[in-house]
Amino acid sequence: MEQFNQLSEISSNERLRKLMVGYYMKAKFSWLTRKKIAWITSGGPVEPLISMGITPIYPENHGAMIGARKMGPELSDAAEDLGYSRDLCSYFRCDVGSAVLKKSPIDIRPKFLGGRAVFGGGLPKPDLLVCCNNICGTVLKWYEVQARFFNVPLIIVDTPYNYDGETTEIIEYVTAQFGEMITQIEKATGKRFSEKEFIRVGELSDEAVNLWNEVLSICENVPAPMTCFDAFMYLAPIVTLRGTQEVVDYYKQLKVELQSLADRKISPVPEEKFRLIWDNLPIWFKMRRLSKTLANYGAVLVADTYTNAWADNDISVEKPIESMARVYATAYLNRNTETKIKNMVNLMNRFKADGFLIHSNRSCKPYSFGQLDIKDEVSRRTGKPALMIEADMCDPRAYSDEQIATRIQAFIETLKERKATA
Amino acid sequence: MITLGIDLGSNTVKTVLLRDGSQVIARSLRKGGHDMETVMNECLEEVYSAASGEKPDKIVATGYGRVSCKIADKEISEISCHGRGAYFSMQGARTVIDIGGQDSKAISLSDNGKVIDFVMNDKCAAGTGRFLEVMAQALQVQLVDFGDVSLKADRSVDISNTCTVFAESEVISLMARRESKENIIAGLHKAIAARVIAMAKRLRIEDEVAFTGGVALNSGVKRALESASGKSIKTPDHPQHIGALGAALFAFDMAKE
Repeated sequence: MEQFNQLSEISSNERLRKLMVGYYMKAKFSWLTRKKIAWITSGGPVEPLISMGITPIYPENHGAMIGARKMGPELSDAAEDLGYSRDLCSYFRCDVGSAVLKKSPIDIRPKFLGGRAVFGGGLPKPDLLVCCNNICGTVLKWYEVQARFFNVPLIIVDTPYNYDGETTEIIEYVTAQFGEMITQIEKATGKRFSEKEFIRVGELSDEAVNLWNEVLSICENVPAPMTCFDAFMYLAPIVTLRGTQEVVDYYKQLKVELQSLADRKISPVPEEKFRLIWDNLPIWFKMRRLSKTLANYGAVLVADTYTNAWADNDISVEKPIESMARVYATAYLNRNTETKIKNMVNLMNRFKADGFLIHSNRSCKPYSFGQLDIKDEVSRRTGKPALMIEADMCDPRAYSDEQIATRIQAFIETLKERKATA
Repeated sequence: MITLGIDLGSNTVKTVLLRDGSQVIARSLRKGGHDMETVMNECLEEVYSAASGEKPDKIVATGYGRVSCKIADKEISEISCHGRGAYFSMQGARTVIDIGGQDSKAISLSDNGKVIDFVMNDKCAAGTGRFLEVMAQALQVQLVDFGDVSLKADRSVDISNTCTVFAESEVISLMARRESKENIIAGLHKAIAARVIAMAKRLRIEDEVAFTGGVALNSGVKRALESASGKSIKTPDHPQHIGALGAALFAFDMAKE
């Protein structure tokens, strides 16, 4: 796993690496441990699975790894060869391509077997699929495709879009589905659901999410002790393993370490001149280049809407299922534009930002939809400028180095001018 | 004090030599190519000879080739340079529409000429000079004549494809249907204007609009932009040199320090 924080002081980076390698190793060898594997969407309800001893696997996290390893074009091509359009989500295309080609950054070649690829690259085969459409509509078709490919049961949780905010009808509707979902998981895996265990996992999940929120909030300090490029890496456990003790322990350590850097005013960008907020997914295959480009201008991404999407959770002991339904029904991407505007304004103020960068992501339509309105409105409410760049999270064919570099340079020049005249 | 601005564009190299940040001594423009440095040196000889050998105190480069310009003291993005140059050439300009060889952009300026916001075309040649170049080839009309030819149109045909490649085949089928070149060219101007104005509307288009870049020499596009935006649009003198002029002005700021 690549780290963008140049500060060797973060010793929890090694812990993160072990955590993630261990997670994928254990999942890859689940046929030995007889653990069941459930593939799940990034906004899907993971707590019931963990409480039932089922290993959740995230094709989207895998997509991010594929992007960072620059394997996107090759795996997308394989999906496009099957007839899937290049206009579809690149995570979807990479997931299909990886399943078909058995190629992936996850490619375990044990030394005792002579380093041969005996297991095939890619995610461990699922026993069931859990799809929640609170992040997009693509996942419905994506998981149907994979359910046919692997011939496994598919559970769908439908979370209506919160046009007018969260309503009782939505919460009741999703709560009812969660009850049904648990029965379906029991049937598909032969595991029993225990409410007691579920509440225990829910509490751990809440604790991890609170810690994650605290970790991100440390960047309110000037200078910020890390940038979003680090946060994009630190995000993996909260997505994949929330609800486990090891994740809580990891974020506790990370928090202490970052706080210590903040207290001593140590920052990965030597001279912090501009504090910026990022919107949308990272451009995984350009992390290093973008982080360098921004750092050269003294620009720091101090917060983003993406990693903050996992910083909000509240599973209560009294009404565990209903409270979980509320958490998942009101996921960030499932909320209306006004909520997103308010969230961005809030981040701008909290993190004392000078402007924001909007990634119009060719792959992620629900995240990119409404961004022009968000840009105008947030600029109006905060008086701060924004730059929109067109790219893709995984597919470098939708990205142009030169164009992005010029836009960023021009944007920084306007920020400089503003500071000079302020 | 003398300063130099170099605009290494996708199509052409432009230089402006400036005295005391106010008076243009000389301009040059040459078709670029693979060997950008040689072309640039030819441009430099041209402007330097006009200054009877006087050498600039500071040099600023802009345009796509700016990063590789070794003689420059600084490189500044074409957005800042076009904003600066346009405001200098047309006092009071608040919106700049620049259409160059491979990109088009709209820039919002504050009332004192600072760049507030900007938009640029993305991975597509529609709405750029390249679009018109391709069409000029298909129609076998010299690009420089496009403006005058379109004046003779009795109507402008609708070009429905925004993609340059598809629009070219559309033009070819229009010719096969014996549509007049004049009407087709007027239609192309309308298409490019619609594309650029749609982009510029992401910002606010103010009343004082300056139209710069190579395509600004085409009066047909200017008229089409006016009709698409409902604003009266002005083309400053030497619209192709606006970026280089802005760069020379930034160089003057540096030289003063």
